[in-house]
Amino acid sequence: MPVESIFGRLEELLPRVAKPIQYVGGELNSVVKEWDAAEVRWALMYPDAYEVGVPNQGIQILYEVLNEREGVLAERTYAVWPDLEALMREHGVPQFTVDAHRPVGAFDVLGVSFATEMGYTNLLTALDLAGVPLHAADRTDEHPVVLAGGHSAFNPEPVADFLDATVLGDGEEIALAVTELIREWKREGRPGGRDGLLERLAATGGVYVPKFYDVSYHPDGRIAAYTPNRPGVPWRVAKHTVMDLDAWPYPKRPLVPLAESVHERYSVEIFRGCTRGCRFCQAGMITRPVRERSLTTVGDMVEQGLKASGFQEVGLLSLSSADHSEIGDIAKGLADRYEGTNTGLSLPSTRVDAFNIDLANELTRNGRRSGLTFAPEGGSERMRRVINKMVTEDDLIRTVTAAYAAGWRQVKLYFMCGLPTETDDDVLQIGRLATEVIRAGREVTGRRDIRCTVSIGGFVPKPQTPFQWVGQTHHTVVDARLRKLRDTLRADKQYGRAIGFRYHDGEPSTIEGLLSRGDRRVGAVIEAVWADGGRFDGWSEHFSYQRWHDCAERALAPHGVDLDWFTTRERERDEVLPWDHLDAGLDRDWLWQDWQDALHGEDAVEVDDCRWTPCYDCGVCPSMGTEIQIGPTGRKLLPLSVVGKG
Amino acid sequence: MRFASHRDIARALERALRRAGLPVAYSAGFSPHPKISYAGAAPTGVASEAEYFELTLSADLPPETVRAALDDSMPEGIDVLDAVFAGEGSLADRLTASDWRIELPGVDAERAGTAAAAFLAADTVEVERLTKKGRRRFDTRAAVAHLRVEPAGTREAQSAYAIIRMVVRHTTPAVRPDDVLTGLHQVAGLAPPSPPLVTRLAQGPLDEASGVIANPLAREGQDR
Repeated sequence: MPVESIFGRLEELLPRVAKPIQYVGGELNSVVKEWDAAEVRWALMYPDAYEVGVPNQGIQILYEVLNEREGVLAERTYAVWPDLEALMREHGVPQFTVDAHRPVGAFDVLGVSFATEMGYTNLLTALDLAGVPLHAADRTDEHPVVLAGGHSAFNPEPVADFLDATVLGDGEEIALAVTELIREWKREGRPGGRDGLLERLAATGGVYVPKFYDVSYHPDGRIAAYTPNRPGVPWRVAKHTVMDLDAWPYPKRPLVPLAESVHERYSVEIFRGCTRGCRFCQAGMITRPVRERSLTTVGDMVEQGLKASGFQEVGLLSLSSADHSEIGDIAKGLADRYEGTNTGLSLPSTRVDAFNIDLANELTRNGRRSGLTFAPEGGSERMRRVINKMVTEDDLIRTVTAAYAAGWRQVKLYFMCGLPTETDDDVLQIGRLATEVIRAGREVTGRRDIRCTVSIGGFVPKPQTPFQWVGQTHHTVVDARLRKLRDTLRADKQYGRAIGFRYHDGEPSTIEGLLSRGDRRVGAVIEAVWADGGRFDGWSEHFSYQRWHDCAERALAPHGVDLDWFTTRERERDEVLPWDHLDAGLDRDWLWQDWQDALHGEDAVEVDDCRWTPCYDCGVCPSMGTEIQIGPTGRKLLPLSVVGKG
Repeated sequence: MRFASHRDIARALERALRRAGLPVAYSAGFSPHPKISYAGAAPTGVASEAEYFELTLSADLPPETVRAALDDSMPEGIDVLDAVFAGEGSLADRLTASDWRIELPGVDAERAGTAAAAFLAADTVEVERLTKKGRRRFDTRAAVAHLRVEPAGTREAQSAYAIIRMVVRHTTPAVRPDDVLTGLHQVAGLAPPSPPLVTRLAQGPLDEASGVIANPLAREGQDR
């Protein structure tokens, strides 16, 4: 059956909405394949605004990997803003892809990438606009399979009712495996209908189908058990790990939109995973082990990516980019290659102890010198021990003053507030650290125009981390501590004016906490918030705490639990957690022991990085059949024969 | 391309220049920018068949080589039609007026004709618009050199579909096509039921006597 473009109908609405360019597609390197020639058709969604979603690496990689495959078609769809949503409802225009403006409801799979929990209401809008029933249980054979991935999929329970399936971990290989299962199932004449396909997916052990599991509860509200409710469904579902990043050099042809987006650069992942062992960090726990991309592959990808895009900046992505075993050679090699071409390099994430000025100078040699950002996370030495972010104050002061001495005028420091065992004094130490940075900086440079911005986020305990059991600090406590810190900085006549202070109120953290560690009962809260108009919860101008609070109270009351129960309540060791049956490879006993170790405060036990001190205690490598892959390769980037033509 | 803003187009151009490997000159300083200057950018929501910019290269290349390389690299929907060595004077000085076509689906041609006549008969037609400097009130009538409703073609004759052609001088503050539409609404109550489709057909020096807009690059074109 031919599927028609809805562009004609959409075009009439576009002059009436803000930034219409975001809905027209036509990005450089986008792909439109023939509908009827494809056997398996994916609509890939990033559930946020186009400007945020279009640079997303996960979507771009899957888009290319799937479209390269014969008989497979992938298009993209993003959350539409409320102005267009209202017009689409009024004129009966369905949720569409930006590539060929096809209706999302016509695809075989709607693949959703959840980088954060705050996109959940946007998924509901998209489903509703697509004409797909919100609840998986209400869907029929004619509806797409709604499949989610991304970091938030490591606890998909709050959205379990709305999803047909989820996958954990790296998407490249599992997306193709799912594709082949769908292709086979369709060729065979769709035996068993929708559930027949879901059963095949579940049987692989690598796809979680929430409705194939029953959840039972204790009278006090805690979960009693997760039980598969049909044969052939595994008790635990495992995550996916791509073991050779050099074999998957994507994106090769990055999308270049006409509209402005949040990251205007060619990004290349230089490694996946992080084993620094920061206890708060979900990304560091669920992406183990470390797998480096080799220096030569990085060089080839940058060369191709810049040629295909015309971008003026290269982002070397990872969870802690300066930790790559050959980061110095990568930075120097790229700076040499692109000398004189105004091509900038950036490391979005650097550790104080892995950073040095030589590296910083290579990064800014051909481009613009932006600010430097470091994340000590905790203000006091004690706090940093609790979270296992072992950066000493001396390290920090030394690195930052060296940066000031090398000509940087602005340094940004990132901290968290509301960490386990934290006191008012730990938070005030953030201020002391910042004033010390300025004092030392002025001494070294003899200048008074140096600045330091302190940026603070509220800590939200995440699933699959050693802090998955902790009681979240109530946002009113976090707000009060940070008011104190702000007042102290303001009162500092000597240094206060050189220190910027950035913090938004803590209410969204509480809702993020609910959605991060919630279970299936939280789905009713999300649906109620959405029905009441909740959209774009990651945007402060759209987020309404009152709405979430009121909906949570109403929707959770019948179960005898509430917002606090999900957020500020500390869990016992043996409580069944909503994600216990989803296997990131982490040994539960190790996580618990690490959490206990954190509580020893001054004597908190330091966990080494297994990249340099071999260790298998976390359990990931033995249980997932993976291993650390790091260099050095000892190779160097050779000059390109032709750089530009100038 | 109708929905792309001037900034969107500028970004697309800078990237196309890099993909084409053209030796663009960069400004010196802390944050180097390619040396490109735009003149008379069309407002967002408007299609255009006549946009101009000046580009400084760090090497001598035949204009046709530059045009072809850039045309190849630009996104679909943007064509590079001509390139010449920049002559004397600024580009902006040569672009003194624009020729616009405004399509009004759902508007009767006769009705549009009456409104046009009322507009032309007025001495001034003041409108208000939110500009970067806040709400401003200015005259639209003086900037309009010519305004007429095109005779309906066969396709248009079947349903209400008016097409307005007008030549508007580049003034300060700029009088945009939507300002003239606001003016038509004010003097004659013309209210299109759906969004008008606006296209810039030409930009260049206006011959006041004939009302014709000449090719702004005519002089350099002859030297070739």
